[in-house]
Amino acid sequence: MSQSDDPYENLTITTGAVVEPNTSRVNKTGSWRQFKPVIDIDACIACGQCDTYCPDQAAKPVEGEDYYGFDLDYCKGCGICEEVCPTDAIEMIREVK
Amino acid sequence: MSSDRQDQDFTDEVEHGEELWNPGHRACAGCGPALAMKYITEAAGPNTIVTNATGCMEVVSTPFPESSWGTSYIHNIFENAASVAAGVEAAYQSFDRRDPDHLDVSDEDDLNIIAIGGDGATADIGFRALSGMMERGHDVTYVMYDNEAYMNTGVQRSSQTPLGASTTTSPAGTESIGNDTNKKDMASIAADHGVEYVATASISNPHDFKQKVEKALEIDGPKFLHVYSPCPVGWSYESSKTVELAELAVETGLFPVFEMENGEITSVNKISDRKPVREWLETQGRFKHLFDGEEGEETIEALQEWIDGRAEDLGLDA
Amino acid sequence: MAKAEQNPSDEQEVMKGTSAVAKGVMAADPDVVSAYPITPQTGVVEKLSELVADGQLDSEFIKVDSEFNAASTCIGASAAGARAFSATSSQGLKLMSEPLFTAAGMRLPIVMAVANRSLSAPLSIWADHTDAFAERDGGMLQFHAEDVQEAIDHVLMGFRVAEQVNLPVLSNFDGFILTHVQEPADIPTEEEVNEFLPPRDPEFTLDPSDPKTMGAFARPEHWTETRYAIQEAMMESKDVWAQTVQEFKEVFGRDYTEYNGMLDTYHGDADYRLVALGSICGTIRGVIDEYREQGVDVGLVRPRVHRPFPTEELREALGDAEAVGVLTKEMSPGYESALAGEIKGTLYHAENQPPIKSFVIGMAGRDVNAPEIGTMIEETMEASAPMTFEEQESWPQLREKLLNGGDQ
Repeated sequence: MSQSDDPYENLTITTGAVVEPNTSRVNKTGSWRQFKPVIDIDACIACGQCDTYCPDQAAKPVEGEDYYGFDLDYCKGCGICEEVCPTDAIEMIREVK
Repeated sequence: MSSDRQDQDFTDEVEHGEELWNPGHRACAGCGPALAMKYITEAAGPNTIVTNATGCMEVVSTPFPESSWGTSYIHNIFENAASVAAGVEAAYQSFDRRDPDHLDVSDEDDLNIIAIGGDGATADIGFRALSGMMERGHDVTYVMYDNEAYMNTGVQRSSQTPLGASTTTSPAGTESIGNDTNKKDMASIAADHGVEYVATASISNPHDFKQKVEKALEIDGPKFLHVYSPCPVGWSYESSKTVELAELAVETGLFPVFEMENGEITSVNKISDRKPVREWLETQGRFKHLFDGEEGEETIEALQEWIDGRAEDLGLDA
Repeated sequence: MAKAEQNPSDEQEVMKGTSAVAKGVMAADPDVVSAYPITPQTGVVEKLSELVADGQLDSEFIKVDSEFNAASTCIGASAAGARAFSATSSQGLKLMSEPLFTAAGMRLPIVMAVANRSLSAPLSIWADHTDAFAERDGGMLQFHAEDVQEAIDHVLMGFRVAEQVNLPVLSNFDGFILTHVQEPADIPTEEEVNEFLPPRDPEFTLDPSDPKTMGAFARPEHWTETRYAIQEAMMESKDVWAQTVQEFKEVFGRDYTEYNGMLDTYHGDADYRLVALGSICGTIRGVIDEYREQGVDVGLVRPRVHRPFPTEELREALGDAEAVGVLTKEMSPGYESALAGEIKGTLYHAENQPPIKSFVIGMAGRDVNAPEIGTMIEETMEASAPMTFEEQESWPQLREKLLNGGDQ
């Protein structure tokens, strides 16, 4: 590991190695993805099924809109959302990086 | 769909709510147990202390110095999540009696103490701790997430592995049809401890599961929940099928969904036209060998018989 | 230090050792007590249950299913911020071993009384120190009491040092010899304890209004430091202990301050010095008196604390001896006894290295009598380096004919 890769270079270990809550958000699991979900915003009925069944909190309402979108920082590309979408508005496509 | 879909990116525009099960966790894509963690935290809310057994959900959520948990959380070892929770509960009983101002939250009655373990951590190695916690009557809600094998160590057989499943310690072979036992009935075992509220649920029906978590948390004393949580890696299926396979397990009766109160079955999610278990088995690589010959057929029949017997006992069929 | 007088003073009560330790625990007012019966510790648990049942002790008493879950519930309680106590012996301590190591790693100041007993097999309920030594490397502080009064006081002082350095404590006292003896002892009063032991004030707890994650797993780039922190805390605990015994003396009047509370000596500057742990030292003192009357300059150095190891103190207390005899109730199959090995290691880079002869004695309750101790004194006086491995340690109580077929 090169030094610049270690985000915890300046870390001080607490007594008992106690950790602060909600801190895994720094880990952007979107880099795992091979397929990415895309949404047909006209077909989306904002039912929220994709959100309900997303293990990675990556399918969320888009601010100020009546459709859902994906937080690609965390989406691992599992494809559950495509399966559970009642209007087939979601499609998994091979990601070009 | 427009041609620019490769560029579609709502990352900076989506609205995250209060998430007590945070993204960034290292669970595999399509992880069933990760959904269970999400539903547990949504149902319980922030006034919660989670004790967690060693296992997938612990490992994926707490690589030092990161945590996916927004609630108070403690992991100790593999086989003691129930007794760590019992100790937490005893501490708060003491604080509540001796030092009522100790807790900033309104009072001890509103505090949720939830122990979480996988099927191995709960039904096998942590069985003593679970039994003791339930028998003594601690105010703890225990949730067993069941992915039917020791997934964290690489898919070894547990007492929740279904008949016929090939795992790394119950491999199918010329002399083996895979795992040679049926799933241990943890709900009945919990109920036989005098646990007031016992329920099973599937991640395919989060509304039902969350209601059961909420109901459990309202009850004083020990509660036991068994939540079915498929594992794409250990079961060998496409990660997108997690919810579908969980639902199919319910629809075939392999995993019946019901509630027990004070030892009696009080509600059963009835199934009309229960599907043959074969339909569920066909979806997973771990059962592939069952479709290769006569012995496999016999195993499928044996599993179907076991399911039919349980369905009759539970009154599962609508 | 002189042994407690056998006639109780006005402040003293005569009671069984386990009851006296339980009363000492009561004075520390733990939030949670969780323990499981095992001989010879059981009296501690029974007495604590009785004190709770009679309303004298306001603790949550968890009647657990095993020692494993006694330790595990204490871990949950301690992490929640409670003062937690348990007690065990032998197989029970072994069953606790896995969670206890994590209590050290998670820096939870659980205090335990350990009524020392041999480890199976064969099964034996009688005293030796193999149980305590088997937990040596877990990160728990370990004390050894010579008498009931020390067993009480070590628990009380144990809470204070544990809660300052955030490490668990095993307070050892010999099974039967101290657990079942009726000795007069001072039971600390609530007022005295309030002056000596502040309420626990943990840095982190399981409190939903300030959520934390405890027990995260560490990768190789962080694990070494979290475990090294235990080593640092152990080293720091020596200073905290020195201060603790000093303040204990000021509040309670009992003086454990010799060698910063690490060692207790009897004619500690004698030419020949014996080293031993725990209750056997009472007998040893008597034999030393006899030999001294005959003009033999022999004394005793008794480690009160085994972890942290009293390295500097032992170098000072043993370095200028003509020879040292280590009498120990434990063994390390395949090597010599752990205590002898540790003392030799501690002296290796010191200025002087007196010859050291070690004796494995008193295993599983085998009585050690005065003539046997006399023989060990005499063998110590003859010790000189170099020694072969066979010469450096002996088992003077071994009934060899039981091994070699007797009269056949």
